[in-house]
Amino acid sequence: MGADGSGAVADSGIYLYAVTSEAGEACLKLRGVLDAPVRKISRGDLAAYVSTVPLDQFGEEPLGHLLEDLDWVGGVARAHHRVVESVAEAGPTAPVRLVTVYSGEEQVRELLARRHDDFLAVLSRVAGRREWGVKAYVDPESASHAGVGGPAERETSRGQRAARPGTAYLQRRKANLRSREDLWRHAVACAERLHAALGEIAVAGRRHRPQDPQLSGRKEWMVLNGAYLVDEERSAEFAAAVMAFREAAAGAGPGTEADAGDGAGVGELGRVMGMDVSMDIELTGPWAPYSFTAVELETGGREGGAR
Amino acid sequence: MTPDIRRGAVLAEEGRLPPERIALVDLLDRLLAGGVVVTGELVLSIADIELVRISLRALIASVRAPDETETEADYEPSWR
Repeated sequence: MGADGSGAVADSGIYLYAVTSEAGEACLKLRGVLDAPVRKISRGDLAAYVSTVPLDQFGEEPLGHLLEDLDWVGGVARAHHRVVESVAEAGPTAPVRLVTVYSGEEQVRELLARRHDDFLAVLSRVAGRREWGVKAYVDPESASHAGVGGPAERETSRGQRAARPGTAYLQRRKANLRSREDLWRHAVACAERLHAALGEIAVAGRRHRPQDPQLSGRKEWMVLNGAYLVDEERSAEFAAAVMAFREAAAGAGPGTEADAGDGAGVGELGRVMGMDVSMDIELTGPWAPYSFTAVELETGGREGGAR
Repeated sequence: MTPDIRRGAVLAEEGRLPPERIALVDLLDRLLAGGVVVTGELVLSIADIELVRISLRALIASVRAPDETETEADYEPSWR
């Protein structure tokens, strides 16, 4: 590439994807954001994976507008992820937050030098481990009929049959609200138990905010959006635990496929595991350890940056 | 290996998706809340401008369907 970017006037910046300990040439055939070739910047025993991006998109001004365009954000996110994934396949990797743009390669080298020990600490924390995602949903519609809220709701509406229609409606509505509240409390408790149990197998666990139904396309309540850092050799054990919870919480009666397979009664298992609300549990991953590398590193500097 | 672990291994393997098939929403959870955050004068980062979250929220709010029921609205804030 051309100038290393230490000059003041630039029309391009250096997009930083991830930092690794100096290892193989993980992904040098890869293309990153806006299809630009990815390259490696090394300093000492650390390496940064970067590509050049135009500042007419990645400067502060235009970026502010582009970040409102979900298609643009999606394209950048997928490109970022593709690079991080490839690098993470090759060895311990610290992904960098989406859209981190340096003014030049020299500044990236300086980051590696200045924050060398912090990066090594992050890398050693995630070495030999992968991140898994576990999401749990409760459908308030189906659950409130069959599940926790049901009886209370029925009882109240029976008791109020004689009341005037308007009052009855309001009372039914109130009862329904209460039963939804009960259901919500039970579901939250189940999610807590699930999170705690998975945390026993994982090295670390973290809960992300529930996803927006508009983005996820799921109308149910999302009661768990967890991320777990798991030793590679315990991946299968972790997935098996997720599966056990999934079957226990599926709420199906006897005669599910798990009964046939293992002989153990899943209903019994469900009670033992404390899954008393019907939940839909999903496993995603393995991911690069995004959720467990969220440390903030200050890189003070004397020169002006990419802004 | 117990049968459970073996089935777990199968499930773990099934979970692997090529990058283009991963749900964007799962990806954004991680890309906007994870990863090393670098701040300072030499870098333009989301942490500096804090725009992504705000903008995405605005974007999401703008596409949010207006037909949400009252009860859902009652419960939603407690998740956040």
